[in-house]
Amino acid sequence: MSEVQEISRSTAAKSETMPKITYIEHDGTVHTVEAELGSTVMETAQRNNVTSIVAECGGACTCATCLVHVDEKWFSVVGPPSTEEEDMLDFAFEVKPTSRLACQIKVTEALDGLIVRTPAYQGR
Amino acid sequence: MSETIKTDVLIIGAGPIGLFAVFELGLLDIKAHLVDILDKVGGQCAELYPEKPIYDIPGIPYITGHGLTDALMEQIKPFKPTFHLGEMVTTLEKIGEPLFRIGTDGGKVFEAKVVVIGAGGGSFQPKRPPIPGIEPYEGKSVHYAVRKMDAFRDQRLLIVGGGDSALDWTLNLQPIAKRLTLVHRRDEFRGAPDSVNKMRALVASGDMDLKIGQVSALEGGDGQLAAANIKGNDGAIARVECDAMLPFFGLTMKLGPVANWGLPLEDGLIPVETSAFETGTPGLFAIGDINTYPGKLKLILSGFHEGALMAQKAYHYVYPDKRLVFQYTTSSTSLQKKLGVA
Repeated sequence: MSEVQEISRSTAAKSETMPKITYIEHDGTVHTVEAELGSTVMETAQRNNVTSIVAECGGACTCATCLVHVDEKWFSVVGPPSTEEEDMLDFAFEVKPTSRLACQIKVTEALDGLIVRTPAYQGR
Repeated sequence: MSETIKTDVLIIGAGPIGLFAVFELGLLDIKAHLVDILDKVGGQCAELYPEKPIYDIPGIPYITGHGLTDALMEQIKPFKPTFHLGEMVTTLEKIGEPLFRIGTDGGKVFEAKVVVIGAGGGSFQPKRPPIPGIEPYEGKSVHYAVRKMDAFRDQRLLIVGGGDSALDWTLNLQPIAKRLTLVHRRDEFRGAPDSVNKMRALVASGDMDLKIGQVSALEGGDGQLAAANIKGNDGAIARVECDAMLPFFGLTMKLGPVANWGLPLEDGLIPVETSAFETGTPGLFAIGDINTYPGKLKLILSGFHEGALMAQKAYHYVYPDKRLVFQYTTSSTSLQKKLGVA
């Protein structure tokens, strides 16, 4: 009995430290999911079946098919793209000032509550 | 019509798996030709992660996609494979037991006893920009590649993109175009600095135009473009009259013609059995990321294994009357002779 309680407590504790990310897809589908610290916003999307994030290259920042538009309120927390990522954004479509490649956003505690929107078309 | 090229094996795709298949086939005295839509060998390793590290090649703790491609090319050198790059296999038909006829979009025709599909995630094809109503213009006045420069002589051209393809074609076509406008989403270019400087000089001298923004709409009729709207980053729309548009947004993987060869597909993958990774058609194999079977892992090492088993079975189609004795490169002088080391 005490063991069961112990496990449920530790699960609850784990859940508290896992940041939540909300993906709003082009068609309005909303996914609010828990993200592992240190993983990426792209990996979290793939684990949770957010299919509008294609990630053809698997996270190498070479295909620009995991474009997300970071919610404006969150952009200063997420921060701007690196030069390499900015170059890859040239291969994406309908790029906005708050657009990022999801594979280049690492999940940190500061991102708990992050909202990103996914485009209708990732180039394929 | 060009002469039919006869070969033991035709490999579709020159990625790492197709390249290593040359090695396994070569040890068994089987010659191969390879066709790839890219203008270079290496497949995804060359196109998606040439400089990115790969950590899971057995015995090689760290190698880049480019490094792995180079190493494979070195490894298969003794077997002198023939490459047909920049061509896409469009047709595949069975004409014997087994014998296949294969055609490419470059007009080449092959006859092969064995065909190995090592096409990875499909063929790399240009990304199409999501501009509403672009479809009727594609192939008529919107082009994703330049086949003949002269086709654009005295035309008003719109080139879209900021990489080397966009810049190279800007510099090559500007002298023969009536007027050339380069459109890019930002006033920075990731292409070669020398090309960027040359382009900037042409803009400064008034010999071409540069517009910062994204193409938002097209005007025209019957497939013939008349103008394009370019939405600037401030939201303002500029209208540019043009006869042709060339968008360069890089490549994406599409299954492509594989879907038309009458093979049963599961989620865009080719089901195979697992003793030789053969499809339901004898002599037609699929190895690497393009195949599927229970427990399949899309790993380069799995594709290498698949190629080795494929070669053993392919031997029986290429040399039906010969008996195959399995040998090791470590100890077999006959294999070492083939490798040029004995």
